[in-house]
Amino acid sequence: MKLLIKGGTVVDPAARRMYRADVLVEGDRVTAVDKRLAGGDARVFDAGGKLVFPGLIDMHVHLREPGQEYKETIATGTRAAVRGGFTAVAAMPNTKPVADTPAVIRYVLEKAREAGLARVYPVGALTRGSRGEELSEIGELKAAGAVAFSDDGRPVAGAGMMRRAMEYARMLGVPVISHCEEPSLAAGGVMHEGLVATTLGLRGIPAAAEEVMVARDLILAEMTGCHLHVAHVSTAGAVRLIREAKARGVRVTAEATPHHFTLTDRAVADYDTLAKVNPPLRSDADVAAVREGLGDGTIDVIATDHAPHASHEKNVEFDLAAFGLVGLETAVGLVFTELVADNVLDVPAAVAKMSLNPARILGLQAGIIEPGAAADITVFDPEAEEVVDPALLAGKSKNTPFGGYRLKGVVYAAVVGGRVHLRDR
Amino acid sequence: MQAKHLLGLAELSAADIEEILNNAVPMKQVISRDIKKVPTLRGKSVVMLFYEPSTRTRVSFELAGKYLSADTVNVTTGLSSVSKGESLFDTAKTVQALGADLVVLRHPSAGASHLLARLIDVPVVNAGDGMHEHPTQALLDLFTIRERKGSIKGGKVVIIGDVLHSRVARSNIWALTRFGADLHLVAPPTLLPAGIEQTGVTVHHRPEEALVDSDVVMVLRLQRERQRQGLIPGVEEYAKLYGLNAERLNLARPDAVVMHPGPINRGVEIADEVADGTRAVITDQVTNGVAVRMAVLYLLALGRMN
Repeated sequence: MKLLIKGGTVVDPAARRMYRADVLVEGDRVTAVDKRLAGGDARVFDAGGKLVFPGLIDMHVHLREPGQEYKETIATGTRAAVRGGFTAVAAMPNTKPVADTPAVIRYVLEKAREAGLARVYPVGALTRGSRGEELSEIGELKAAGAVAFSDDGRPVAGAGMMRRAMEYARMLGVPVISHCEEPSLAAGGVMHEGLVATTLGLRGIPAAAEEVMVARDLILAEMTGCHLHVAHVSTAGAVRLIREAKARGVRVTAEATPHHFTLTDRAVADYDTLAKVNPPLRSDADVAAVREGLGDGTIDVIATDHAPHASHEKNVEFDLAAFGLVGLETAVGLVFTELVADNVLDVPAAVAKMSLNPARILGLQAGIIEPGAAADITVFDPEAEEVVDPALLAGKSKNTPFGGYRLKGVVYAAVVGGRVHLRDR
Repeated sequence: MQAKHLLGLAELSAADIEEILNNAVPMKQVISRDIKKVPTLRGKSVVMLFYEPSTRTRVSFELAGKYLSADTVNVTTGLSSVSKGESLFDTAKTVQALGADLVVLRHPSAGASHLLARLIDVPVVNAGDGMHEHPTQALLDLFTIRERKGSIKGGKVVIIGDVLHSRVARSNIWALTRFGADLHLVAPPTLLPAGIEQTGVTVHHRPEEALVDSDVVMVLRLQRERQRQGLIPGVEEYAKLYGLNAERLNLARPDAVVMHPGPINRGVEIADEVADGTRAVITDQVTNGVAVRMAVLYLLALGRMN
């Protein structure tokens, strides 16, 4: 089975360049990248006027399976992924049961194989049950296929526990992904602490809740030599701390989400539970700082923190509503509309943050289109536009705050291991 | 009245507030009559959903409805499906299906009345939602200030106490600043909400600084659990530093009035001699509350009839 992706502009994030070329895929591999390739009997895929990216990777996704299949399944979540242009996702371990045993890791991988859509790289729990009390079997989990470790959503409260986890992870050469939130500062909060929260009478989560924990984890990363990856950076202070640590040589990488570089706490006005997310949507200054951090390389990765919830978990009092929003199907459009169009990032830099950089962090052979590489490719139409209609999302849950947003740039197809998933229109 | 619901004063127009206050004047006359009943809302049903214990506000709304000849029904936590885990969504649908013409909601979650107003096609009155707003309390406070002082504009109003947790304070901040009061807040930093200084108020930590030449002093209730939450060292120290006593009140203008939304913690936020003194208008506030709530029910029901 041969496939010729013809006439597109290939984006090479490693060389930070774009060039016109055809891409020939044979089986599950790229076999040639060159101008005007003759495909012979290959099926021709016309990519004229489109951008051809190395397959995009979302390294922060909640697929909810096993245990909460009413929100999302691995099949529906990976369908949303390919529809959003992601050929691979990293699945967070806060399932039921928590992914703290090899059996759960293998289950996730098996379900992903059955679904046959995007690749799924499981993230293992850092501590048993993500309770922050005992180390999980990090070595066994890695052997079963876990590519990183995290207690996402339930930050490790004890600094001593985090230290040991980082020491152990360093030995195994796996990154620790930290959801940085000091529980005693965040306690009871449901949105960013500030004038909007005060006006709405909602309890705030101060920026300091994130920054105190980022500072702690940076110090522990420096102490242990472990690779720390800071998840969903949302505050100006956190960006500054990471920038300073990188300058010092600390092994740290970081990610930001489309909602944190697009929306502020004003999105919560009128108690819109679709904008209830943790970390919360923050101030204008924080959004500006996250964009600056993306622009200057302090923030390496754009990830969605895709967090599906059923409508009955959102259509309730704000205090009671679940935290989180779905992001897989709006992320690339938001990156181009908010960052590329605003000259925060050029196209290769934007693509790097969604392919090459997460691949490097997770130790994956991915992120470049070249002969011999796996045929994971995203085809994107930068001129097309679409208005987000939550009802049309492919994922099981529709909890996006971006309904009605006009996005410039639409994913056209995702190719995973040579299999083409065309965006159904 | 333009607004379909009364959810909060931050979003209510000055004209609507004026209309409510103006309509409360004849309503107060009805209350002072021997036979306190007018047929205005005869055949209309007012459902009061109380997800939080409240005697004063509930009784005030109930009497307001009855004086207007409406049929009033109370649904209180512990007595209904509210405590069986039925969601606000489903309760709202049920109440609408039962034929309520107006719903009064008291709820521990901020924004609950906004949610209810989105779910049902009936006017909703917010009777207090979490730390968000308690609009009828602030309306009765405005009414009381006008009654005593003639006007709000330019008057110096001091609010002392737990602004952080107070929906009464928030509603009053929006209304009093909108009507041109010189508004001062007094609390320790641990009881002030983030960004409050950006709302056009002056913030103080010492009551002595704020009280000088004030026309109105509003005292907020202090919940004892604030000590357990680590927000104040103790009730005794709070009483000493922030309690309104005669000595502090002497800093205010001689004709200043003292207000309190109730219920009072005597000896904590307010001393006996002040609560029972000649400058306290706390019982007037209670009477005015019924008048203002009658005006609110009347105007919202009327808007629906039109």
